[in-house]
Amino acid sequence: MSRSEKAAEIRRIMGVDGENIGKNARNLSDNASDAIAAFDSYEELRAETRRIKEEAIASLPERIEEVTEAVEENGGHVYVAQDAEDANRYIEGVMDEQDAEHLVKSKSMTTEELELNHHLEGAGYEVTETDLGEFVIQVADETPSHLIAPAMHRSPPDIAELFNEYFDLDEPLSEDPHELTEFARERVGERIREADVGLTGANFVVTETGTISIVTNEGNARKTAVTPPTHVAVTGIEKLIPTVSDLRPFLELIARTGTGQEIGAYLTLLTPPVETPSLDFDTGEYGQPDDREFHLVLIDNGRMAMREDDQLRETLYCIRCGACSNACANFQSVGGHAFGGETYSGGIGTGWEAGVHGLDSAADMNDLCTGCSQCVNKCPVKIDIPWINTVVRDRLNRSNESESFDFLVDGLTPDAEPEGLDVQKRLFGNIETFAKLGSIAPGLSNAAIESSAVQRLLDRFVGIDSRRSLPTLADETLVEWAAGRRRANPDSDREAVLYPDLYTNYFSPERGKAAVRVLEALGVAVRVPAVPESGRAPLSQGMIDTADEKASAVYAALAEHLDADRDIVVVEPSDLAMFRTEYERLLPERSYSRLSDGSYELFEYVYGLLENGAKIDTLPTAVDEEITYHSHCQQRTLGLDAYTTEVLDRAGYDVSTTDIECCGMAGSFGYKSEYYELSMDVGSRLDEQLPDSGPVVASGTSCGEQIAALTADGAPHPIRLLDPRQSR
Amino acid sequence: MSMDLVAQFADSALETVDSCTRTDVAGFEEALSERLVEPAIGAPLTLESVTLEDTAVDTDPSVEDFRTAQTGVARAEVGLANYGTISIESRAGGDELVSLYPPRHVVVLDAADIVPDLAAAFDRFESAIRDARESGGPGASRVLATGPSATADMGELVEGVHGPKEVHVLVVEQ
Ligand code: SF4
Repeated sequence: MSRSEKAAEIRRIMGVDGENIGKNARNLSDNASDAIAAFDSYEELRAETRRIKEEAIASLPERIEEVTEAVEENGGHVYVAQDAEDANRYIEGVMDEQDAEHLVKSKSMTTEELELNHHLEGAGYEVTETDLGEFVIQVADETPSHLIAPAMHRSPPDIAELFNEYFDLDEPLSEDPHELTEFARERVGERIREADVGLTGANFVVTETGTISIVTNEGNARKTAVTPPTHVAVTGIEKLIPTVSDLRPFLELIARTGTGQEIGAYLTLLTPPVETPSLDFDTGEYGQPDDREFHLVLIDNGRMAMREDDQLRETLYCIRCGACSNACANFQSVGGHAFGGETYSGGIGTGWEAGVHGLDSAADMNDLCTGCSQCVNKCPVKIDIPWINTVVRDRLNRSNESESFDFLVDGLTPDAEPEGLDVQKRLFGNIETFAKLGSIAPGLSNAAIESSAVQRLLDRFVGIDSRRSLPTLADETLVEWAAGRRRANPDSDREAVLYPDLYTNYFSPERGKAAVRVLEALGVAVRVPAVPESGRAPLSQGMIDTADEKASAVYAALAEHLDADRDIVVVEPSDLAMFRTEYERLLPERSYSRLSDGSYELFEYVYGLLENGAKIDTLPTAVDEEITYHSHCQQRTLGLDAYTTEVLDRAGYDVSTTDIECCGMAGSFGYKSEYYELSMDVGSRLDEQLPDSGPVVASGTSCGEQIAALTADGAPHPIRLLDPRQSR
Repeated sequence: MSMDLVAQFADSALETVDSCTRTDVAGFEEALSERLVEPAIGAPLTLESVTLEDTAVDTDPSVEDFRTAQTGVARAEVGLANYGTISIESRAGGDELVSLYPPRHVVVLDAADIVPDLAAAFDRFESAIRDARESGGPGASRVLATGPSATADMGELVEGVHGPKEVHVLVVEQ
């Protein structure tokens, strides 16, 4: 798909699904945030669930043996299916053996992965979805747009129209959700009463006892499992956990993170075959307890290979709560139909698609992860979802065919990436090289970039949207400025290195200068040595090897300063996030700890100075001046946004903060022509929270640029407010 | 069982259920009859203190009764004080079906079966499942229910989907 075709497709889906997806996903995400905040044991239980999953996946072959034994001892059957075809054939065999015609199903994404309905219908069986969302999707002949709320993209009027048409109703249904629910419940209820076999998924399977747990709100899984005499449970092998008590932490978290409920309405814990008699509504007879049949079908379909894969393995810990999709700003604009592969969508969906359907199926959705990390703290099993997306992107980069304009940049870009890498990714990933080159003659470079001919070329060949204005290079870099200046407080005990991140150094040295002056006013001796870019830029394009080289170079440049006990102070939050998060994967452990422990976000550092005796009144202060502060997504994930608010508050500002986390720009994402409109759609939600007039400050460079695009007024870094020189 | 736990259970349960009535053995039948909409079906309570025998509840329903009954009465094996959750065991007497099919569910909970939280409930479940698997008796399966069945699939929260729309709890204190 070309960039413009992709842009058109995203525009189309945003138009059709966007409004409902946005409303519903935001609602779930807000509820989840509240539920997490109100729950004291959140972190403790997340550590538990993580540990249980790590151990269960590590011992998976033993777990499979154990559960097979347990279920057979209980009187049921276990089948481990290698792939979709294998699973479908087995389930068809069960239908055949039972002389069954009609199967009812509760919600199961794993059977979507198998395309089981399609298979069974092809073999002449009738299949009815009993989850109302799935029922809507089945009637509409669509694919789910969300892991746990498959019909999230549809509104009540939509659904009414669909039902009225499909069922050809004499008395059409209104748009009232109660009426629609009642109608679907009746239809589906009848089908459950007539069914020969009930098929459910399983959220968890306890290997010690053969107990399966299903979490629902509607009660359809309960009816599906116990009404017909035969119950088939289908689930991935990754759902196995060792003991009954291991279930508890998961059950405490799954609804909280997924929907914001304390606990799901129904937590079913069945050790089948169950004692409950089956009901035959046709004959009016109860089934005999001994006639109950139970089959547990465990799906491999690529999972054993994921288990061997050091990078994708974490995906298997996922309990599919949906939180990472709900929290995702891009998902909130487009939903799973744009943000999905063959089966799975949003957030962790790329990991699942890469694992079960192969890299290609993850390709379209993968770029939509901007790495903003809003999902990270929402995941009940602590999966590093942005990292999974980065890994998949890196692998996709390596599998791409060579593109025609590579010669343009190949010679220029000293990266460690394969030849076939997309030219747009290569440009953004190597932005430091271009900035360096350009800054030899910034006036000339800026003039070239601002010329409309060049902008058109960039749009056409590199995919930089011409509706964006590109940042301009400063006449003098921050490092050059600092080198030509006498350092203050030379005898101070407190020495700091201000990390000259790429954007501060080449494009916005003003905020770096302000930072230096503020720190000096607070008594610190500040140095600004030349240090390479953090690797954030290549990493965001999936160029892991290049990022790895950058990380080593940054560490090499800072090691001596760390040894000399100089604090590393970072202006750009996304670079600090590199030091604190991604570097753990890119550097040896000792180097990572030293750098991560020794570096601070600028306002975190200022706050620390104030707490240690520095005086705020050595800086310019305000009297109740109103200011709006937009923090940076990764800064929020690290829990660092409060420092800026607090320091500004102490400096006399009346600070209001935005609670939309993502500005939509996300580094290079918003510049890309295929994503420009999506980026602006995400930005429009932030725009709603910005004041009509009055100053706005923002910690991230790209947030500032997006706010400038949204409001015409820019949003400088908050340090400019405290600059003794007040040159903002 | 401390009074506190019962009060806490009632408080939490009321967040999601329609009523929670504290009663005693003598007051049980009257309290129950106030919550019934007939026809009512039930599963044997297996409690020593109270039974459904002399009530309007049919404890030997036909299959067809599951389609027509307005109320289902079943015992909860455990109540969770912190969430107001109740647990219904799967038994040959049809507890699961009775608490699932009729639009109104009346739960009978012995105050002695109230535990503080999910962790305490799981201690019980663990040994119940182990015992049941060893003896072949009941106790291996259950559902933890919190409030009525619900869905948001039709655009907003609607209560009463495949499971009950209304839930009423009777806590029997000795
Ligand atoms: S990755 Fe985490 S947040 Fe996302 S669906 Fe899986 S468990 Fe939920």
